[in-house]
Amino acid sequence: MADSIEDIEIQLLLDAVYRHYHYDFRHYARASIKRRLLQARTQWGYDSISEMQSAVLHDETILPRLLNFLTVQVSEMFRDPSYFRALREKVVPHLRTYPSLKVWVAGCSHGEELYSLAILFAEEGLAERTIFYATDINPTALKAAQAGVYPLESIRLFTENHRLSGGHTSLSDYYTANYDRAVFDKSLRERTVFSDHSLVTDAAFGEMHLISCRNVLIYFDRELQDRVVGLFGDALVRGGFLGVGSKENLRFSAHAHLFSEFVREEKIYRKASR
Amino acid sequence: MSLRAVVIGASAGGVQALSHVLPDLPADFPAPVLVVVHIPPRKDNALVDLFARKCRLKVKEAEDKEPLAPGMIYFAPPDYHLLVETAETLALSSDEAVNHSRPAIDVLFETAADAFGSALAAVVLTGANQDGAQGLKTVCEAGGRGFVQDPATAEVATMPEAALAACPTARTIRLDDIPNALQAMLEE
Repeated sequence: MADSIEDIEIQLLLDAVYRHYHYDFRHYARASIKRRLLQARTQWGYDSISEMQSAVLHDETILPRLLNFLTVQVSEMFRDPSYFRALREKVVPHLRTYPSLKVWVAGCSHGEELYSLAILFAEEGLAERTIFYATDINPTALKAAQAGVYPLESIRLFTENHRLSGGHTSLSDYYTANYDRAVFDKSLRERTVFSDHSLVTDAAFGEMHLISCRNVLIYFDRELQDRVVGLFGDALVRGGFLGVGSKENLRFSAHAHLFSEFVREEKIYRKASR
Repeated sequence: MSLRAVVIGASAGGVQALSHVLPDLPADFPAPVLVVVHIPPRKDNALVDLFARKCRLKVKEAEDKEPLAPGMIYFAPPDYHLLVETAETLALSSDEAVNHSRPAIDVLFETAADAFGSALAAVVLTGANQDGAQGLKTVCEAGGRGFVQDPATAEVATMPEAALAACPTARTIRLDDIPNALQAMLEE
């Protein structure tokens, strides 16, 4: 089937955003990005994607809002508690053997995964020796991650997830309730470096012991997934760990040989040690 | 145009309803069948095992960027949207819930309409919400064929009624007639 006009317009918009703003969505999975762009168009009242493209190019204030449409994920703390339980029970014993640790939360969005890991590392007595790197391409999301403030109504779910993850402290030790919001303790992010980083166009951070990147790869096409898995391979120390989302896997990646399955059912991989 | 894919959405009462449809599709049914059932976000997908035992077609949970194959029934995994990425590939996303549901029927139907146009059949079954109504409308507008379980026979009529209201050109159908109607589309 020939590309529809809308598909052509979407390609042109993504090219324009890349050429003018250097945000590269050209290899994002197309069905999902199309849905999000059409939602933005409807919500902002443009008649066509082309009209929206013109606005995005000529009015810089629209870009941050477009980035929110294209990137922001709603997540949960300790989403998929069994993943965090596996980190706690199977990965942490290996991490304990290092005198200092680096952990990269790639595509951290609003920080739910970061704070989950920070709490887990505090509980396991590893916080003092760990530096966290929390990266995202969306500056608005990074700011939210830095703030660590979540709606109080989410806390019940977060608390239950935390308990199921094997948490042996109380989640309420780590936040204060402020009207309808839960403000997470800033000591949790004292050893976190927040950074604007693109998995698409930027180089790897080095010498990581653990990379957690969940439900990010599914938004990429195969080609981009390949690049990013290669990037993670470069970023990890030998024997370092990579955790991805429960429906993501490295099976089809050109770089799959760099990794072995460490906890198969939780999608935790380990970089080969030699 | 021939039938290249079937999409089905079901909610409350859906497992029972699907048991009248999926097992009656013949082993040589060539179009892939994509199914969204509203289920709680648990990790294990009991639906796959349940229908694998009952169906002549192969049944599996859809995976991200999985190539679509004929003779397969794909179920959306719990807590992820199922999308048709291209006419050859599936995709998953963890975008926010649509109609309070993830997976959402609308997301599957709309992306399938985009990929398959008039070569698509979409079926809305029993359910207690409005999910699937907008998606069915999109399918029909793209030239695809819409089927809605006769609300009088549905365990919960809300979802079929909403689908018919949004897409009056869809055909009202009894569950037992759905396999034959799909077969007939293949021969058109």
